Amino acid sequence: MNSGGSSATVEVEHLTKIYRVHKRPPGLAAAMKSLLRRRYEEVRAVDDLSLSIAPGERVGFLGPNGAGKTTTLKVLSGLLHPTAGKVRVAGHVPQERQAAFLKRITLVMGQKQQLLWDLPPSETFALNRAVYDIPRVQFEETLEELTRLLEIGEVVGKPTRQLSLGERMKCELAAALLHRPEVLFLDEPTIGLDVSMQLTVREFVRRYNERFGATVMLTSHYMDDVAALCPRVVVIDQGKLRYDGGLAELVRTRRPEKRAVVGFERPVVRAELEESLGGMGRVVEHSDGKAVIQVRQSDLKAALAMVLARFPVADLTVEDPPLEEVMRELFAGEKPR
Amino acid sequence: MTMRAALRAYPTLLRVGLAEAVAYRAEMLVWMLTTTMPLVSLALWHAVAESGPIGRFGPRELTSYFLAGLIVRQVTSSWVVWEMNQEIRTGTLSLRLLRPIHPLLGYSAENLAALPIRGALSLPVALAMLFLGGSEGVSRFLDDPTLVPMLIAALVGAWLITFLLMCAIGALGFFMESSSSVFEVYLGLFFALSGYLFPLEFLAARAPWVMGATRALPFYYQLGFPIELMLGLLDRRAALRGLAIEWAYVAFFYLLATRLWRLGMRRFGAYGA
Repeated sequence: MNSGGSSATVEVEHLTKIYRVHKRPPGLAAAMKSLLRRRYEEVRAVDDLSLSIAPGERVGFLGPNGAGKTTTLKVLSGLLHPTAGKVRVAGHVPQERQAAFLKRITLVMGQKQQLLWDLPPSETFALNRAVYDIPRVQFEETLEELTRLLEIGEVVGKPTRQLSLGERMKCELAAALLHRPEVLFLDEPTIGLDVSMQLTVREFVRRYNERFGATVMLTSHYMDDVAALCPRVVVIDQGKLRYDGGLAELVRTRRPEKRAVVGFERPVVRAELEESLGGMGRVVEHSDGKAVIQVRQSDLKAALAMVLARFPVADLTVEDPPLEEVMRELFAGEKPR
Repeated sequence: MTMRAALRAYPTLLRVGLAEAVAYRAEMLVWMLTTTMPLVSLALWHAVAESGPIGRFGPRELTSYFLAGLIVRQVTSSWVVWEMNQEIRTGTLSLRLLRPIHPLLGYSAENLAALPIRGALSLPVALAMLFLGGSEGVSRFLDDPTLVPMLIAALVGAWLITFLLMCAIGALGFFMESSSSVFEVYLGLFFALSGYLFPLEFLAARAPWVMGATRALPFYYQLGFPIELMLGLLDRRAALRGLAIEWAYVAFFYLLATRLWRLGMRRFGAYGA
């Protein structure tokens, strides 16, 4: 039930969120002074942000620490009132926090948990069944499915405090999705998890999205999460929109080069390799039996042909530059538009 | 969430709240000990009354009064202000706000859920002592069954005033860095003016205007009023007047707490979460 004929699930128009923060220098004198006179400063966490997300989309929300990602997610989930601008999620104004809205969304925060600490996750599930008013049959079906997909059958009966971080996060996801929300806001859902658990969570989010057609907005510092899950990324920095579009396109426009990882049958001298490349590219990593060569897309064929012809190549793969590097460059170089 | 849906959810909230209360055994015991101050007051005033009654209160009446005080404290106590302060400061309130049930309802269930345990552990001792003491107040209370519904209404009202007043103070945490200092002020007033440290009738001879003032303030209705009702110290008319004032305070603190909550939500920063 979207308003104004729009088919978007998330609509953000000129969103601005300003925090008023008490500021004082360190030390006892400053502490005493602040008793009499307080200095406040305004922090513009989100600055004139506009974006729109269609139903069923998976969007990566990226930016350096303090960029305003979490603040935006909190506004979208109704926890914060915007200072200015309009926001609609699933046809609702989030800050009104209507029950019908809260039943259609979920916000999973990797650093915070809703699971009751001293009780088994099954108690939190029962609590959520009651507060979300989930019909018992639907609850049992969903719980069975989530338990199977997340492989948490063994742990739901143990007190939460005795679970590992990965087990807790999987149960956290189950608790957050029992009411089958249409919109998932995931704030660093894989933080602190090992690689295999990250993979499990990622795969699960993808399956949930495909199974229920849910819209997913994800922040993560692990670029692998974003690369694996999100065809579209929104990049913000200092609260301002820096990029909104396809992930592949972002990589292509920011770093048009490709990387060739070449394994050699015997050691190759770096200088010889660089000299042979001429102006086509450069060697970015080198060890006795291996080199990573960065080459312009247009010169890729020629460069590879040259390397194959002149050097004892044992193994060759071509890949995009690491997403982390692309992001680092994006945050470091470009001014807000 | 509609009221009907909230009522459907409430038994589960109470059940899970009880499970949590049982999980925090040591904490629960310590909290219960903090409400046993009436026993200390009893010992002190008992010693004083041995040299002669104070107004209507001889040693036996004082025993009844403070044991009744212990019961009322156990079944009407609330600690929501601590939770609210902590959750607003750390931002963990966010997790409550994401659920489609008003957080104040959630807090109320958590507080109420622990009462059966508090009651179960403290009531038998206090009741046994009350009956063994053979207090006139107790027998009068048992002889007049119309006092039962009034006492229930007085206890529910006392709990609601305590809970809602704490919610109002807790909601001040949205506007100041911590509202626990306000709570300390409240606690001082509560101790002095509720009948917690001594029966307020003691003020009748020396400071009648202070006693009159206590009847107009909410603190008496949180403790002294239900105790006096329980012991049969109030006639029917005084009891009904007391109930009317008590429930007017319930309505007042309900409006105050919900208003402060709504205003505070606009300022909530959800820091750290």
